Amino acid sequence: MAINVKVLARPVEEVSYVRATLKGMARTFKHLFDPDKVTIQYPEQKKDISKRWRGTHRMLTDETGKAKCVACGLCPTVCPSNCIKLVPGEDEQGNRYPLVFEIDEFRCIFCGYCQEVCPEEAIHVGRHYENSEYSREGFVYDLERLTAQTHPVCEMWDPADPKGE
Amino acid sequence: MIPSPVFAAVHVLPDPPLAWWTFIISTVVKMIVVFTVYMVGVAMLTLAERKISAWIQGRLGPNRVGGPLGLLQPAADGVKNIMKEETLPAHVNKPIFMLAPMLAFIPALMAAAVIPFGAPWDSRWGRIPMVIADLPVGFLFILAITSLGVYGIVLAGWSSNNKYALLGGLRSSAQMISYEIAMGMSLIPVLLLAGNVTLNAIIDQQASMHIWNVLTLTISFFIFMVAAFAETNRLPFDLPEAESELIAGYHTEYSAMKFSMFPISEYANMATSSAMMATLFFGGWDIPFTTQDNTSGVGLLMVLLSILIFAVKTGFFIFVFIWIRWTLPRFRYDQLMSLGWKTLLPLALAYIVIIAALLLALDYAGLQRGWLYGLSMLGVNAVLVFIVFFILDRGRIISPAYGRATPRQIARLRAVTAARSHLTAQSGD
Repeated sequence: MAINVKVLARPVEEVSYVRATLKGMARTFKHLFDPDKVTIQYPEQKKDISKRWRGTHRMLTDETGKAKCVACGLCPTVCPSNCIKLVPGEDEQGNRYPLVFEIDEFRCIFCGYCQEVCPEEAIHVGRHYENSEYSREGFVYDLERLTAQTHPVCEMWDPADPKGE
Repeated sequence: MIPSPVFAAVHVLPDPPLAWWTFIISTVVKMIVVFTVYMVGVAMLTLAERKISAWIQGRLGPNRVGGPLGLLQPAADGVKNIMKEETLPAHVNKPIFMLAPMLAFIPALMAAAVIPFGAPWDSRWGRIPMVIADLPVGFLFILAITSLGVYGIVLAGWSSNNKYALLGGLRSSAQMISYEIAMGMSLIPVLLLAGNVTLNAIIDQQASMHIWNVLTLTISFFIFMVAAFAETNRLPFDLPEAESELIAGYHTEYSAMKFSMFPISEYANMATSSAMMATLFFGGWDIPFTTQDNTSGVGLLMVLLSILIFAVKTGFFIFVFIWIRWTLPRFRYDQLMSLGWKTLLPLALAYIVIIAALLLALDYAGLQRGWLYGLSMLGVNAVLVFIVFFILDRGRIISPAYGRATPRQIARLRAVTAARSHLTAQSGD
């Protein structure tokens, strides 16, 4: 196949090299002494993240410190990436609670459906993003770890108040 | 017919010879000092480049090592480069692969030996010139040595046995050879004016005319500067290492200290080119508005002042190098060749003729190299600058592909392109 030659309409009449270069140099020189820098010095300074930021999960607890989860099984059902493992249990009073509740943060796509579907407002995605571990296993968060998280949780989008005002 | 011969215009009196031991000691001291300052300077240049690029782009630049200015960043980089693994790929031509970084590095340093960096010092042991080797042909030596640097790059590209490296080396050789000519030609007016190839004589000539060569030979300076950018492989002419096309160009296969030799030699070349610009066009170490340092050696204080003046001028041009790099985008290869051969070379040749004629006329008019001589050259220069920068540099595009096409040809090409793009759209992808 022949090569297509793209011919642009360039304003040849107005072209200059030296003067245009000097103009460009004046512009960069202005920026050189512009005190307004865009750098965010990361570990010390952090960018403000949205109130609807969906990050590391968090399981909320009731007054007694127990997880609010009633092991209804909605979140593993709705989860599109199948990252929630839930084994329900029942105590003597007939209250359901999770025997095992694990979230694989590697599989998770942070869609926030689990938070949306939860009837007890127990599981939440959080406004937090700094996760690092020394092993892949460390990214499977169990119930203890999920309840121990303290970061603020995501505020879900409210259709009645779409701009969050 | 001509009353005063052009080539006898500037008289350089030979300095009284030093005692042999004074010569050896002073030379060794100068060598050590210049080498140290040069290497530390080059290291700091890497930091300067990163800082200036950051500031121009609205960033902060390295500020974690050695205070908010990141003053220890070069040391950290050096340690990193020494500690890194030295790879020797199996497919390279080993002897040449090892030799190439040295070949790039050594000429870059050698050129610094002949550049005078200060006024001669009248010490109690005799007059010590502030230059390591006071070569009578210093000027030619620099032209010769700096063009040797291309061997390092070409051999690095060739011995790497890698297509990108080879293309980088190829581009570099073509580019350097093309701009070498324009560079040499641009300096002939300076030689005509000085009548001497000794760098100190060129400085003396500028001092005696009370005007820097940049004001009398602006076009020469302009061509020299553009050619120097190409010679040092700096943007907008950094095609040998164009990242987006050639990965890292000629040093793709290098690692650790062997790799870092190439940037070091690039920065050393940059410093040498800047020193050359300062010497040839901006009066070198000559202290402006004073004359006592021009005729003979001076005391230690004045020597230090002249070294400071030289350092400031050189530093300014290094800054210009960095500044241009973060202002201009890269030239396309055909534009680069077109600029070198079709613009700079004819311009330099025409300029030689004009300046030679002007010098002949001024000599014939019986003018000595002084105020009046400088002023009349300044007048002619102003006219030439206007012609080149405001009339010749207008409505031209440096591109052989586009520059020659008539409107009719362009219309035809557009029609063909439109037809083809229609076809490709139909074939559907």
